[in-house]
Amino acid sequence: MIELQHLSKQFGGGSGLTSVQALDDLCLSVPEGCLFGLLGPNGAGKTTALRILCTLLAPDAGSVTVAGLDVLSEPRAVRRLLGYVAQEVAIDKILSGRELLTLQGDLYHLAAAERHGRIAELIGLLGMEEWIDRRCGTYSGGMRRRLDLAAGLLHRPRLLVLDEPTVGLDIESRAAIWQVLQQLRDQGTTVLLSSHYLEEVDALADRLAIVEAGRVIAEGTPEALKNALGGDRVTLRVREFSDAGEAARVQALLQDCPGVRQVVVNRSQGYSLNLVVQDGDVIERLRHQLAAAELPVFALAQSRPSLDDVYLQATGRTLMDAELSVAGLRDPKLERKQSMR
Amino acid sequence: MTSATPSLGPLRAVAAEPSAFAEIRQETLALTRRLFVQLVRRPSTLVAGVLQPLIWLVLFGALFANAPEGLLPGGGSYGRFLGAGVIVFTAFSAALNAGLPVMFDREFGFLNRLLVAPLRSRSSIVLASVLYITSLSLVQSLAIMVTAALLGYGWPGAAGLLLVLVTLLLLVFAVTALSLGLAFALPGHIELIAVIFVANLPLLFASTALAPISFMPTWLGWLAALNPLTFAIEPIRAAYGGAFHLSNVVLNAPYGDLSAATCLGILAALAVGLFLAIRPLLDRKLT
Repeated sequence: MIELQHLSKQFGGGSGLTSVQALDDLCLSVPEGCLFGLLGPNGAGKTTALRILCTLLAPDAGSVTVAGLDVLSEPRAVRRLLGYVAQEVAIDKILSGRELLTLQGDLYHLAAAERHGRIAELIGLLGMEEWIDRRCGTYSGGMRRRLDLAAGLLHRPRLLVLDEPTVGLDIESRAAIWQVLQQLRDQGTTVLLSSHYLEEVDALADRLAIVEAGRVIAEGTPEALKNALGGDRVTLRVREFSDAGEAARVQALLQDCPGVRQVVVNRSQGYSLNLVVQDGDVIERLRHQLAAAELPVFALAQSRPSLDDVYLQATGRTLMDAELSVAGLRDPKLERKQSMR
Repeated sequence: MTSATPSLGPLRAVAAEPSAFAEIRQETLALTRRLFVQLVRRPSTLVAGVLQPLIWLVLFGALFANAPEGLLPGGGSYGRFLGAGVIVFTAFSAALNAGLPVMFDREFGFLNRLLVAPLRSRSSIVLASVLYITSLSLVQSLAIMVTAALLGYGWPGAAGLLLVLVTLLLLVFAVTALSLGLAFALPGHIELIAVIFVANLPLLFASTALAPISFMPTWLGWLAALNPLTFAIEPIRAAYGGAFHLSNVVLNAPYGDLSAATCLGILAALAVGLFLAIRPLLDRKLT
């Protein structure tokens, strides 16, 4: 459904400003009918890729096709079959929600009867009856996002593109949006969403791609990516808050225990220990080992590899660390400017 | 939240494409309706837009009340002379500001909603602004003409009203296109306001709105005779002067005499030229 080939995009530069390589040879392929997650920290280039896909931005290099149509040479044909829900919800505060949807329907050339019916359907589906005739300026974040989703769905797009659809939303709105996205996928719409929430991508996506510094560095189904890592994860805390010395002693003790592949001290979690172990029942063996060394056990838990482990393996850091490291580097004002057209 | 309904399935078969005219009409009217809803719910712009020219007319019209008789060509009062200038300047100002809402739509991201939609032509955005500003200008102009009549400055008559309508439509079309072009080309609203600020009053003073060319030094006379505002003002002023024909000479420019028809022709050419000139700006991809 979507083919992004070798996309590059640079922002800024000129008049002494440093340029930012937002996309660096990004390749991505999304099959039809798939709910696809684009996972990456803020600033990885997700929004830029989506804006190019939605005909709002031209890449410096590379090709983009949607349903076999070249986005760059046939933008209007692509716009017809695509719904876009932007990251920053742009609504007209003066209009009511219904007036905004009516405007949207006219921009997509829906016939009046079809438009009325469609708006009524979506109002019911997204639970907007109570407030749809109030001015948009009075809406909460969750209401705005639902309205924006309705606007994106009005013309029954074959492809729905959502940029960070649940950032900052209450749990109820988030659940509502997740449910609609799953229904859409079940009924044949291709959905591409970007997110920096592991949980969201894990819960929703049939396939996902991890984007980092403008490239795709891992791609596949969540299951396949997790299984490819192999082994189980064990978290061990001998006390609720241990110290460096004790953690090192325990690390040395367990390092050579059969079935244990790796032991890492996690300083940010009260010197707990993160172990990668062979699949199977290693826990009992660890328990014996600890008891023999007369060490207490505050917590000992075994789990399958998580999406965060996938991310860690692919990028060398956790998603949270990646978020923190770019948080200070970005200029929201400049990015707003770049997103202006 | 209801359970799964068939409504969420994508639309596969695209119906036969409606005509370009029908699509452009639909999108233009929808965008125009939005502008009017905004106006009705925030009427301060309308109130100020009607009051301001009336204040101009009353204060400025009184400025030369005691000037010697026969000072102006044609021999009318200054208030009568001024009416056409105020009508045109009011419409011009409104059209020059037409780009501001579009610029704010750009800055707030609302424009993305328009740009990601399969508009048949982005000129619909321009047409919507033209329709809106023209309607607004007609309301303002009627208020000006009624007030002028009450002040004893005369009434242009039915043919004159038609002429006012046509002239304003052409001027508004040209200036709105220019303003929207700027709204797409300039980086932000600060720059757009700066341009509007610099262009607005000088264009008024370098036109025949406030004084005839015969009062001006040669260089200013030339400027006024090249100023599009003048081409809009003079036909309307002639209509105020009584019996009127399109072939009447309405402007004695330094380069020759111009008839009302020529003035309107120039405005029409300007409107078409600017409309075509800004189309690449609307369609460009930001790199």
